[in-house]
Amino acid sequence: MSLMQKHVVFERNSIVLLIGILIVVAIGGLVEIVPLFYLKSTIETVTGMRPYSPLELAGRNIFIREGCYLCHSQMIRPMRDEIERYGHFSLAAESQYDHPFQWGSKRTGPDLARVGGKYSDDWHVAHLVDPRSVVPASVMPAYPFLKETPLKAALIADDMKTLRLQGVPYTDEDIANAEADLKAQVNPDGMTEGLVARYPKTVVRDFDGNPNKLTEMDALVAYLQMLGTLVDFSTYDDKANLR
Amino acid sequence: MAHEEIDKVTGVSTTGHEWDGIKELNNPLPRWWLWVFYATIVFAVGYVFVYPAVPLVSSYTQGLLGHSQRASALAEAEAGRAARNEVGQNLASSSLEDIKNDPKMLEFAMAQGRAAFGDNCAPCHGSGATGSKGYPNLQDDDWLWGGTLEDIEHTITVGIRSTSPDTRMNDMPRFGADGLLDAKQIRNVAGYVLSLSGNSVKGADVEAGKQIFAENCTSCHGEDAKGIQELGAPNLTDKIWLYGGDEASVIYTVTNAHRGVMPTWAGKLDPVTIKSLAIYVHDLGGGT
Repeated sequence: MSLMQKHVVFERNSIVLLIGILIVVAIGGLVEIVPLFYLKSTIETVTGMRPYSPLELAGRNIFIREGCYLCHSQMIRPMRDEIERYGHFSLAAESQYDHPFQWGSKRTGPDLARVGGKYSDDWHVAHLVDPRSVVPASVMPAYPFLKETPLKAALIADDMKTLRLQGVPYTDEDIANAEADLKAQVNPDGMTEGLVARYPKTVVRDFDGNPNKLTEMDALVAYLQMLGTLVDFSTYDDKANLR
Repeated sequence: MAHEEIDKVTGVSTTGHEWDGIKELNNPLPRWWLWVFYATIVFAVGYVFVYPAVPLVSSYTQGLLGHSQRASALAEAEAGRAARNEVGQNLASSSLEDIKNDPKMLEFAMAQGRAAFGDNCAPCHGSGATGSKGYPNLQDDDWLWGGTLEDIEHTITVGIRSTSPDTRMNDMPRFGADGLLDAKQIRNVAGYVLSLSGNSVKGADVEAGKQIFAENCTSCHGEDAKGIQELGAPNLTDKIWLYGGDEASVIYTVTNAHRGVMPTWAGKLDPVTIKSLAIYVHDLGGGT
């Protein structure tokens, strides 16, 4: 019986075939996936990345809930035209606290990986309420209800606990202060020292233009305005992270 | 193994399997298909040597070509910048005036400015730069913070009420919302303001409004109400209105004030692009 004919063992015994398949697929998986966890070129060292502040996280949840990722990517690819239009290509480190990541695979609208700070809050609010009011040719749906819907702030600590299970380094202090931090970020007249100390570079503003109400619009605009703003590329060393 | 069995009709051996009396012929694979398959194996071996492929302990095999998409994207972007610097010559070191007066640099700056405008400015100011409510029209000759080349460059660089520490900034009081003027006084002053451009507000006492204007508004908008650009205070005597020039809009503005925001572009765009944008925007409707 030649070596090739030993294959009969797999063909005639489904359990042996199953185990054989598992072993072969596991080898492929280990070779392709495991190196991503230790190769230096896939885990760049950057400074400035931090977990999302509670308000930004709430905005991210709305971003996911409304399916924004279906039309907007958050992944600037390493190609000249994308670098020219959107800025430095996205780094893996910039998605390290994203569960799930929002890279997306389709751009009906523009990439949002570095949209933070590009437009004013007023623009974002006007654009989300009625995209055609500022971009006449836009095909984006309108989200006027975000401005009216109160944000469910009480749930954010649970969200953070869940993310901590997935490896996001929220501390007990972060979680204990979650709801207070969330509310502090839309109140520029209040106490924000704790918030800014826990989440450096956090922007404190009334994002939706209505200081009397904490809405989903506040959260979503806060999230959009921080996208891509954490890593300072004037100090980032590309060469050191090219391998 | 089953005994080899030859199908009588075709003369081809069968696989030896049988399903409900149906047997499968064991025809050989088509030659061309088989050779393509072998070729892909050979290609894969070559690929492993030429391109990055095998993960090692702290690195991976780089391949003979040393290919890296990130490195080539950075190199291409750098080459693009270098090519632009060559064509745009000394845009970086030239003053805006010199760029404006040099046909070659001007042509370059206009092309670069147009492209950058479409990517970065059009969402607010419109693709034709005609603006909309709350976002100034850049085609006209009415400038909040000045329409000279330097003024425009500075505005683009630091933004207005932006996150830049050097941002242009003013704060019109919220005369109604903060109780500085009552509803009747606001109506009167709106009537005076609109009378300057030949309009009127129903039931407004223009003379009383003029008095209120003199007491509350002239420090920013000027005694002639033509605005003061160093303060970003708009000219109220023309018919150009950022937030609407009808009765209701002007009353709303005096009552609640508007605090429009323009982001800072320093850091997002390089200084040469900002210069090109200033030249382009100035060409649209620049002046004083």
